[in-house]
Amino acid sequence: MNSVIIFLIVTGLILFLATTVGLLRFPDFYSRMHAAGKGDTLSSLLMLGGLALYEFHEINVATLLVGAKILLIAVFIFMASPTATHAITDAGYESGVKPWQKEKTASEDEG
Amino acid sequence: MDAFFLGIAVTLCLMMLLALYRAISGPTAIDRIMGVNVIGTKTTILLVLIGTLYHRVDMFVDIALAYALLNFIVTIGASRYFQHHKNLQPRGYGFRFKAEEDK
Repeated sequence: MNSVIIFLIVTGLILFLATTVGLLRFPDFYSRMHAAGKGDTLSSLLMLGGLALYEFHEINVATLLVGAKILLIAVFIFMASPTATHAITDAGYESGVKPWQKEKTASEDEG
Repeated sequence: MDAFFLGIAVTLCLMMLLALYRAISGPTAIDRIMGVNVIGTKTTILLVLIGTLYHRVDMFVDIALAYALLNFIVTIGASRYFQHHKNLQPRGYGFRFKAEEDK
C-alpha cells in the first residue's frame, strides 16, 4: 500500500519537475503552454490519487468522506485545467502572439 | 511516512519558486497568467499535503477544493480580459513594454 502511494506521488513530482523545466526553458508562449498544460494536469492527478489512497489506510465513514473529497478535487482539476489551458492559449492566439521561429527575420531584428 | 510527505511538500515549494520566476519575468502578460495558474494548481495539492501532515485533512480538503475553484475562475477571467489586447507582444524585456508603448 505504502509503496503504491510513494510511487504515485514521486511520479507526480517528477512530472511537475518536467513541467517547471519546460516552463523555464521553452522559447515561446505556445510551447510553454504545451508543457504547462499537460504536465501540470497529470502530476496533480497522480499526487492527489496518492494522497486519497493514503486516506483509505483505515476504512470508516470519515476517511471515506475525506478521500471522496480529494478525488472530487482530482476530477475537478481534470476538467478545469485543460479548459484553463485552452482559454489562455486562445487569449494568446486572439491577441496575436507570434510563434517562435528558428531564424530571425529582418523585421524582428529591428523591433 | 510523515517525513516523506514533508520532503514532498518542501520539494513542491522549491519547484513552485521556479514557476514563480516565469510568473514574474514572463515576457507577455499571458505568460504570467500561465505561471500563476501552475502555482495555484500546485497550491491545492500543497494544502492537502499540509492537512495530511497535521492530521487535519477533513478541514484542509475543503480549503483546497475552494482554492481549486477560485484558481480556475481567476484564470478564466484573466485570460478573457486579455483576449483582444493587441499589445501583448513585448518590445523590450518584461516590465518595460508598456512604458515604451506610451512614447
